[in-house]
Amino acid sequence: MAGRKIYLDHNATTPLHPEVKRAMREAMDEFGNPSSMHSFGREAKKYVEDSRNEIASFIGADTDEIVFVGSGSEANNTVLSIFACPSKGCMFHSEMKRVVITTAIEHPCIIESSKCLRDRGFDVKYLGVDSSGKIDIKQLEKMLDKNVGLVSVMMANNEIGTLQDIALITEIAHKHGAIMHTDAVQAVGKIPVDVKKLNVDFLTISGHKIYGPKGIGVLFVRKGTPFCPLVRGGHQEMGRRAGTENTLGIIGLGKAVEMRKKEMAEEEKRLKGFKDILKRGIEKSISDVHFNGHGEDCLSGTLNVSFKGAEGEAILLYLDLAGIAVSTGSACASGSLDPSHVLLATGISPELAHGSIRISMGRSTDRKDVEYVLDTLPGIIKKIRNMSSAYSKGGK
Amino acid sequence: MSQSKEWVYSEKIKDHFIHPRNILEDEASYKYDGKGIVGNIKCGDQMMMVIKVDKEKNIITDCKWKTYGCASAIASTSLLSEIVIGMSLDKAYHISPKDIAEELGGLPEHKIHCSVLGDKALRSAIDDYYMKNGMRDKIQKEKSKIVCQCMNVTDRDIENAVLEGARTFLELQEHTKLGTVCGQCKDEAEKLLKNYIGKHFGG
Repeated sequence: MAGRKIYLDHNATTPLHPEVKRAMREAMDEFGNPSSMHSFGREAKKYVEDSRNEIASFIGADTDEIVFVGSGSEANNTVLSIFACPSKGCMFHSEMKRVVITTAIEHPCIIESSKCLRDRGFDVKYLGVDSSGKIDIKQLEKMLDKNVGLVSVMMANNEIGTLQDIALITEIAHKHGAIMHTDAVQAVGKIPVDVKKLNVDFLTISGHKIYGPKGIGVLFVRKGTPFCPLVRGGHQEMGRRAGTENTLGIIGLGKAVEMRKKEMAEEEKRLKGFKDILKRGIEKSISDVHFNGHGEDCLSGTLNVSFKGAEGEAILLYLDLAGIAVSTGSACASGSLDPSHVLLATGISPELAHGSIRISMGRSTDRKDVEYVLDTLPGIIKKIRNMSSAYSKGGK
Repeated sequence: MSQSKEWVYSEKIKDHFIHPRNILEDEASYKYDGKGIVGNIKCGDQMMMVIKVDKEKNIITDCKWKTYGCASAIASTSLLSEIVIGMSLDKAYHISPKDIAEELGGLPEHKIHCSVLGDKALRSAIDDYYMKNGMRDKIQKEKSKIVCQCMNVTDRDIENAVLEGARTFLELQEHTKLGTVCGQCKDEAEKLLKNYIGKHFGG
């Protein structure tokens, strides 16, 4: 047991796929600027465009609909900033509508950007979710009217894994003339994503969530969609994102996507099996637990569970001492005073939100890891509950 | 196996976290002389302390606890329970969160608020003892006024937080947990915060 280390925090970030590592190492000497006309530049450019093709084909997009950016957060910020651009010269300005709809369970980069829009005079509306984390379609229909410029709903939630019906939501948003964005950072590479089928106008991808490098993301921008760059001052990415391309990052992401194409389907099946084992095992060996997220429409590798009377940071750190890495929705681990906004939005008590951990499995997770968690976790919860003033035997 | 470089807390906190001392295992049969409970599960922290007292010498002879909270809450309660055994009631009464944090080898800034409950729970237990033993006069009638009803934070606590470095409302919350439940005290707290900063730092 000593020295054993198990990584179960794949929704936070993932290790590089060995093939990604290899591809990036081999390309390490490709230093040319893809904008340069000489051979060095052309060589680098070819790598960038090969990767763009790979990603476009993976999500059913055209190559010129793929914009490389610095991260998923940047992609999301770009989309929301389009709507706040005050420039008369901006192609979006003339038709700017000042109502934005998003959800209560988005990633902070959407929530914070939307608050910024609100401070600039926008009307921002937040869709609530039910106990499984699904948005309320009826509420969406009620909120929508011709003044809504953008609807932004994440495809798969990072904390609880719940999937939204983006195709349906997009159809409804479009009916009212709104532009549709989905943050698909946790979805692409885990479940099939086809922008033609979804019909979204914007879609966000991040490299490091799918065994690619950090510092690279993609914003899919449907042809003809109004756009305004967040980073200005260069013709790169067809004027949509200035700055010399992160060639190595792009190469890594291209390879990561290529590997996802091959490994994704089998892996999801395997992880779903592991999740069932974990869930059953936890239910059997630990009392007073609450599973968060949707039972069916959920990422296969994500299991979020709350333990009554046990605080999440304490669980996380005892697990860490046993070599198991997970994350928690507890306030104490976040540096803020509030527990996870996602868990609270599902309507569970603050106490259960503080007592939550997220186990997110990935391509390296095997059966032994799952069994080790099941061997370790019950003792830890017992130890914490034994000293907890908020738990007494028998449930209360 | 050295994990210290990956550990966010000091070695002492880690030690108390892994091996918590003086947990109240069997509440029903433990005969205590004073008991205090503070905190709120909603905020992720709740603490209970019980003490036994040598009534001749007014010395704490035993201290046990239970806490719902994070690693630093667990460690700070455990440590506090160790240092107060053998201590006079008078001295124990005046232990501050800063004393506990120092004993623990320092706490990360955003973790200070996790250790503010220990001293309050202890004081509450001592008050309980004083009440039961006809020593009401010993209870320090705090000249202070409660600002945050939910978390029982007084204007004195706010002043102390300012002295410990709190300059913004958020920092005040980090230090005291004030205004983290219903939030109704925000306006008054912000006014007091400004006043105390002015009083002590002339800003």
